[in-house]
Amino acid sequence: MSIGHTLLGLLESGPRHGYDLKRAFDEKFGHDRPLHYGQVYSTMSRLLKNGLVVVDGIETGGGPERKRYAITDAGITDVQRWLATPEKPEPYLQSTLYTKVVLALLTHRDAADVLDTQRSEHLRSMRILTDRKRKGDLADQLICDHALFHLEADLRWLELTAARLDKLREAVAR
Amino acid sequence: MTPPAGSLLSAEHLRKAYGPTLALDGAEFSIHPGEVVAVMGPSGSGKSTLLHCLAGIVTPDSGTILYAGRELSAMSDAERSALRRSDFGFVFQFGQLVPELTCVENVALPLRLNGTSRKEAERAALGWMERLEVDDLRKKRPGEVSGGQGQRVAVARSLVTDPRVLFADEPTGALDSLNGERVMELLTDAARSTNAAVVLVTHEARVAAYSDREIVVRDGRSRDMERVV
Repeated sequence: MSIGHTLLGLLESGPRHGYDLKRAFDEKFGHDRPLHYGQVYSTMSRLLKNGLVVVDGIETGGGPERKRYAITDAGITDVQRWLATPEKPEPYLQSTLYTKVVLALLTHRDAADVLDTQRSEHLRSMRILTDRKRKGDLADQLICDHALFHLEADLRWLELTAARLDKLREAVAR
Repeated sequence: MTPPAGSLLSAEHLRKAYGPTLALDGAEFSIHPGEVVAVMGPSGSGKSTLLHCLAGIVTPDSGTILYAGRELSAMSDAERSALRRSDFGFVFQFGQLVPELTCVENVALPLRLNGTSRKEAERAALGWMERLEVDDLRKKRPGEVSGGQGQRVAVARSLVTDPRVLFADEPTGALDSLNGERVMELLTDAARSTNAAVVLVTHEARVAAYSDREIVVRDGRSRDMERVV
């Protein structure tokens, strides 16, 4: 999963402090693997350097300075590009795909689009494997079958998620 | 309407309602000779209705369907029936073989209905049964063969008239993985060798992987993924 793109996507709804970003990330995507503060700040420094976010304000209270970050137009374009680009089909994609779908919903983009594009990419890989299987010997067939079953499992998840988009939209809006 | 260049069968703005239920809501489609196009989508999305409209079995409420430059809606029922017999082939989830006839008589049936002599029809039928690896079943009746064998017989029957378009609706839906794959291999090999276009309705990715491209139908609208990605 791309932490940078996820944090950028979270900034689309409005500027946030690093702490707020971490909290939002952990709540929506962290589950059993919350972000470390160090990861948030190193990621934000990189995004800042690349012009994808700007510092929108600095609060100086009793404690250390708190920077508030805002996404730039280039940042929005970067999130859009990431969401529109299918992931290379490989095992254990679910965390990245889940993040993309939730982010698309959070930012009022077409989440069905993300799923359709990914399905198409998976099918492209499945066609190559199916062709290899048809032309290959038994060993090729068994190796390709293994990969095909894994891709098929991903695709079933994509279909099920597509069928549950309305419910997921309600859940992420809460 | 201008169909995509070189397309054999195309449809635009198809709309079809069954009472208050909108099955198709602006669906589009096109296929070239020799191409295998998978029509995917969840249950109830309208994919079977799309296939039935394209095959001239169901008349859409509005929209146009062009087959080889002719508009289906401009044809009479008799002309559409004749077209289905001469140019289209059909395979469904369950073979729908006639139980009283032997397998070779089932395969020969479309030719017999078109007026071909029994001897000639059965000779052609046997040729297709050999290609589908079921020629040894020629004297058996459908009740005496397995599901996978019966489906291969049904595929042979769908190809015996040398159709230009083969419509396959969940053709492996009732088969196990191994039989399903073999049916798909034989079906797509046979169709490609005769340059027939195949409209393949399926919800199974492993079946869709035998296609050249896919369109996705959702809520009665279609999306051609080749044009998107």
